[in-house]
Amino acid sequence: MSLETLTLQEQIDGLKEKKFSSVELVENYISVIEDKEDLNIFVSNDFEKALEKAKKSDGSKKSQEDVPLNGIPMVHKDIFCTKGIKTSCGSKMLDNFYPPYSATVVEKLEQAGSICLGKANMDEFAMGSSNETSFYGAVKNPLNINKTPGGSSGGSAAAVAANFSSFSTGTDTGGSIRQPASFCGIAGIKPTYGRVSRYGMIAFASSLDQGGILAKNIKDAAIALQCISGYDSKDATSIKAEVPNFSEDCESSEFEHVVGLVTDLIHSFGDEDLSKNYGKAIERLEKLNIKTKEIELPNLELSLPVYYVIAPAECSANLSRYDGIRFGYRAENVENLEDLYFKSRGEGFGNETKKRILIGTYCLSSGFYDAYYKKAQKIRNLISSDFVNAFKDVTSVMLPTTSGEAFDLGSITDPVEMYKQDIFTIPANLGGLPATSVPFGEKNNMPLGIQFIGNILEESSLLNISNKFQLGEK
Amino acid sequence: MKGNWESVIGLEIHVQLNSESKIFSNAPTKFGSDQNLQACEVDLGMPGTLPVLNEKAIEKAIKFGVAINAEIAEKVGFARKNYFYPDLPKGYQISQLDDPIVGKGSIEIQLGDQEIKTIGITRAHLEEDAGKSIHDLFENETAIDLNRAGTPLLEIVSEPDMSNSEEAVAYLKKIHSIVCALEISDGNMSQGSMRCDANVSVRKKGDKKLGTRTELKNINSFKFVEKAINFEIKRQISCLEKGEEIVQETRLFDAINNTTRSMRSKEEANDYRYFPEPDIIPIQITSDQIQRIKNELPELPDEKKERFINELGLSEYDARNLTYDLELADFFEKTLVNIDDPKLVTNWILGDFSAILNKFDVEAKDSKVDAVKFAELLTYLKEEKISGQATKKVLENIWENPDLSVSKSIQDLGLEQISDDNEIEEIIEKVINNNPDQKEQFLSGKDRLFGFFVGQVMKESKGKANPKLVNEILKKKLV
Repeated sequence: MSLETLTLQEQIDGLKEKKFSSVELVENYISVIEDKEDLNIFVSNDFEKALEKAKKSDGSKKSQEDVPLNGIPMVHKDIFCTKGIKTSCGSKMLDNFYPPYSATVVEKLEQAGSICLGKANMDEFAMGSSNETSFYGAVKNPLNINKTPGGSSGGSAAAVAANFSSFSTGTDTGGSIRQPASFCGIAGIKPTYGRVSRYGMIAFASSLDQGGILAKNIKDAAIALQCISGYDSKDATSIKAEVPNFSEDCESSEFEHVVGLVTDLIHSFGDEDLSKNYGKAIERLEKLNIKTKEIELPNLELSLPVYYVIAPAECSANLSRYDGIRFGYRAENVENLEDLYFKSRGEGFGNETKKRILIGTYCLSSGFYDAYYKKAQKIRNLISSDFVNAFKDVTSVMLPTTSGEAFDLGSITDPVEMYKQDIFTIPANLGGLPATSVPFGEKNNMPLGIQFIGNILEESSLLNISNKFQLGEK
Repeated sequence: MKGNWESVIGLEIHVQLNSESKIFSNAPTKFGSDQNLQACEVDLGMPGTLPVLNEKAIEKAIKFGVAINAEIAEKVGFARKNYFYPDLPKGYQISQLDDPIVGKGSIEIQLGDQEIKTIGITRAHLEEDAGKSIHDLFENETAIDLNRAGTPLLEIVSEPDMSNSEEAVAYLKKIHSIVCALEISDGNMSQGSMRCDANVSVRKKGDKKLGTRTELKNINSFKFVEKAINFEIKRQISCLEKGEEIVQETRLFDAINNTTRSMRSKEEANDYRYFPEPDIIPIQITSDQIQRIKNELPELPDEKKERFINELGLSEYDARNLTYDLELADFFEKTLVNIDDPKLVTNWILGDFSAILNKFDVEAKDSKVDAVKFAELLTYLKEEKISGQATKKVLENIWENPDLSVSKSIQDLGLEQISDDNEIEEIIEKVINNNPDQKEQFLSGKDRLFGFFVGQVMKESKGKANPKLVNEILKKKLV
């Protein structure tokens, strides 16, 4: 049996029935990871500690209820702070950063009994759609090493696709879970903004960032999401709401669905393959006897410019703390304070990060604030109300995850072309809505993804429709 | 003021709120611990950490707002104020811009016997304090102490309603007494719990338009407020009289040389790039919450003043001076417990007792002579067992020797008043016999020589003779 290809559910069951041990699972993964080092998926790992923990969990008498993921290996995106373990956020700036605390997500997964094998490579400070902005170099797509795995959670997606773990954590500010999931042929979910604590998750754009899960399928994603969700008193934007039983709800027959479609909008892109795949997805819904309804999202196309004002604006402030004073990279041979700032930030940040800090600083500057930031917030509200209106008639909205399949590494050099990667994923972030990506269709031998967007805090219904869609005809 | 100039002053007062933990983290706020021991990962601005608003800071700010009859915001939102400085860990300060918790309000001040003047308060908003840069600890290096980072501050911004330094000091004292009465700050200026920036401008008398203003920073005592403003007014007038223009700039008060010097001009000023703080969702303040705080409000300085006037019969002037400093007012009330003579106690507290506090730079609550002992001392005076002169001496004596009792001090200093008729008669007879000429002149109608005899008797008795008895007996003897 090749343990590394099992789903999370299969691993949970296998461990419970003692078909294999956690140590065997971990050992299996380590050999796969060592075999596929050239994919450049991990920034750091701690196999010794993982084995130690696996031994402990094999001997544990705790019940499944207390530790639902007992002995299950997993991978964290290197954006989540892990106490005593390097947390780089894909940046030279934090190449020497060993946080004295762990992110709430990390703590929760530890409490659930899972074992972290390593930290996954990512675009620097989560800014990128191809993993190419990482200080540690791009991750290669396990399905074709010439292709990008997507970004920014490229390492997390590749880890699942390359059988480094059955699930991984990721973060999604404008599509950073869903786009790489789509590019690597796996499932991903970005929950409602506030469902998962952001504490200890290094900030890119605070009002958009949300942690989530990448997994082989929606059911597995639901199981893992269950473990990281919930109110956290350390994050003032986390929502005080009961966490439903996602894994049960995922497979329940109780949910009624009306899926919102935007066929005209998709056709308006003039991309035949895109329209074709969307059409096939509608066919699948019909075969599953799921109701659909054409809806309007009139301001959807404004998402991209709005996002590229708000996200850089917030990032320009969020990244001010990297000043070479208290932690992180500090330039040597500086003449004075200003020089220390210039050199530390100049040498510590990569080009994409600097570009976004500059854009954000510009947008917030005196005299430009109203024209850019304030206007962007107004349009953001319009986009949100488009969804509020849509959810009066439908239970979810179906969109493509990306406009195309994974592209060749190094092939997109125009930043605006790169930014367009996120055109279908950004709206869910602007509205704070939960959204999944489900593998569906392919192009040039690479997978494509279909995205479902749910209403606020309606992850159960969203996971249910996504799971039905993924499983297809009975 | 010199010539026909008038000055216009507005103050921005930063009050550290006395919550136990910081405004956005759980770290304690206590003053004086070792460097950086009261700064947690949030205060250090470490990656991934998030601010969580301390509700106590909101409560305290509302208390202040209610006390100055200000509008309280229904929605309180925070904003990021961006600038780089080594003791500002996140590279931005969480402050308030558009939705200050406290809106327009006002307080009243009064100088001497002048009319009451109303000073408008534009707003008061919550923000976090920065850390401290320490430049003199290591050679060629700056040390940073982040214990103060994240301490809650209430920034109280006044209207430019003050026209001289006396008014500015009176306003500052009034704010000080209010925040102390509300117990929302310890008001300790020397430890930086209350700091003040002053906006100063000068214009020709009668001009409607305000002159160009300068902002004076770093003023941390009542005395310095007065000095800094006075210096700056003089500087501006002399500039204008020379035909120069005032440059809009920030100036630093130099307490050692009593001058102000330029720190940065308007052109060099930061563009703070304010935007709403996404990590903190705006909170709603209900009218119930405001009403509850209103109901729980303690006695405010103005109310205390009225009570002192109406119930204790103090003059407006005395009552005001007593209530400027609540510790003094408190000492006053504690003294009254043991001696029922408000007027006498007031005179002594505002007089010699205040003088000795000033001399040793001590607050009333830390007085070396407690209210019980002070009452005992004044009782000796009231019962004419010692003279006023002697009372002052004993006060100084028991201040310097805290273990000494009042009676022992009087004994030690030999200040017990002579109230024995015979003894005083003896002294008087001696004085009269020694000054026969003066006696003649007095008897021939030179009445004012009576004072001369009183003086001589007091001198002869080393100030110990009971003045009342001296008067009575002298009148009888000088016939």
